[in-house]
Amino acid sequence: MRGNAHKYGKNVDTDVIIPGKYCNIIDAAELGKHALEGLDAEYTSRMKTGDIIVADTNFGCGSSREVAPIAIKGSGTSAVIAKSFARIFYRNALNIGLPIFEAPEAVDGIESGDEIEIDPPSGTIRNLTKGTSYKSAAFPPFMQSLIEAGGLQPYVEKRLAERAKV
Amino acid sequence: MGMTLTEKILARHAGLDRVEPGQIINAKVDLVLANELSAAVAIGVMRNIKGADRVFDNEKIALVEDHFVPAKDAQSAKLAKLMKDFAGEQNIKHFFDVGRGGIEHVVLPEEGLVAPGELIVGGDSHTCTYGAFGAFATGMGSTDIAAAFVLGEVWLRVPPSIKIVYNGTPGEMVFAKDIMLKTVGTLGIDGATYRAIEYHGTTVDDLSITGRITMANMAIEAGAKNGIFHADEKTIAYVKERTNRDFLVERADADAMYERIVEIDVASLEPQVACPHTPDNVHPISEVTNETIPVDQVFIGSCTNGYIEDLRIVAKILDGKRISPNLRVIVNPGSQKVWMQAAQEGILTILASAGCVVNTPGCGACFGGHMGTLGDGERCISTTNRNYVGRMGSPKAEVYLGSPATCAASALTGVITDPRTLAAVGV
Ligand code: SF4
Repeated sequence: MRGNAHKYGKNVDTDVIIPGKYCNIIDAAELGKHALEGLDAEYTSRMKTGDIIVADTNFGCGSSREVAPIAIKGSGTSAVIAKSFARIFYRNALNIGLPIFEAPEAVDGIESGDEIEIDPPSGTIRNLTKGTSYKSAAFPPFMQSLIEAGGLQPYVEKRLAERAKV
Repeated sequence: MGMTLTEKILARHAGLDRVEPGQIINAKVDLVLANELSAAVAIGVMRNIKGADRVFDNEKIALVEDHFVPAKDAQSAKLAKLMKDFAGEQNIKHFFDVGRGGIEHVVLPEEGLVAPGELIVGGDSHTCTYGAFGAFATGMGSTDIAAAFVLGEVWLRVPPSIKIVYNGTPGEMVFAKDIMLKTVGTLGIDGATYRAIEYHGTTVDDLSITGRITMANMAIEAGAKNGIFHADEKTIAYVKERTNRDFLVERADADAMYERIVEIDVASLEPQVACPHTPDNVHPISEVTNETIPVDQVFIGSCTNGYIEDLRIVAKILDGKRISPNLRVIVNPGSQKVWMQAAQEGILTILASAGCVVNTPGCGACFGGHMGTLGDGERCISTTNRNYVGRMGSPKAEVYLGSPATCAASALTGVITDPRTLAAVGV
């Protein structure tokens, strides 16, 4: 994945990622039109498909609304790189297949507008504008297996099938 | 080495003798909760799961309509109907429609659906509220909730625990809300991320069930996975009045391992206020009132402070008085039962006579959904739990958080007011 960085600060919360008034929308593309609206009303008009959100610590804090990562994905954003993620957002992103990368050094080494390339399997993040390269934190093995399986849904199907056998 | 309260509950639900922080477990759940927003997405996910036609147990799921109810528009009505139809199809025993429920976290304890030692997951971040009863309870997103609907189990990473010890008797006009705001201010909004908060100390032993609910509710505001109290006689009496179900009261071991121990002296605490735009931007009220801060709206309600005890405090302050003329005061009783109790005690009449509007039970203005959404440049003081940019409507609005007493005092003066000074300012 490759795109330009849009950089934000710490504690980007779910109320600014997708304000409460839109939480009765289910459609991802429709939600995507309002991604980050409370933080940066021009984000969706400025960004191009494939672009990457880069943020400081505690990205996604606040509510459990799964529409937050869905809105980001629906906007065409390809990934989020942050110094750290809030707990529920982290689970939700993995579950719905929004790629997220925990990489504090990369965040410090990226400015808005830089062209970024990410190689998800190895977790390598390259800043093509600056010619630098970083590694993101590895996922714990269980979560890595969830990601490889394609999210939580296939995992549940596997558990159900196992139960049916007993 | 012993285990914390959270570790004990998780170990038992995973069928293990012990668990360690960081360990990933599969745990059985005693209850899965969703509201019409999280359920709508979860039901969609469940329909896509091959082999998942039925929920794991129709008596262990609670569905509560609270966020956009009574439906604010056709789209919200669609979500409410989707959940209602699902409840019918799956024969869900605990489905709460408008007029029979209220805010999910107020309703579940009232209905006896929460007991000590249980493991509860919910499609709402404030599911951590049930830690007030000595349960492990945590919020998740809709895909996780769909998985729990189907499997009756969830994967969890065992959190390290932070022990917080509260000592001292709260002073005049200092309530559980003030103690918890101080806690969030001390820890910071990511100070407990991925962690459990275990509440200890003589102060919390003396707190009412409602006070503990207020505190457990805001564990997420410090980023915590869960916040938990030890159940005592008060808890057991409350729960036994509402259910015949068996439950197991557990205690942290004396040699349990805590990542951190934080002490908070309550005796010296003033009423606290969280200033815009994060719930950890907390200051003693005397600092905040150094400046005159006029407000346009006061909101009383939510799963943090929408209980009868809270409304009694507000009514006591407003009784026989009128709210400031330039202000609107919106009150949402937390549930139908709270509403009825407030009606019986004459509280609704006191509030209405003072000039407040009393809404239907539900989330209402808390998350900027409807019934009190803030406009550009407006300022509100609220008994809710979050004040992020845009939380209650316009991103150009400001939200302050305080106790019901602080909000009621501010309702009388029209500016943020220390409830201890009411007599002095002559209102
Ligand atoms: S009252 Fe507010 S915080 Fe509580 S569940 Fe409703 S929207 Fe969420």
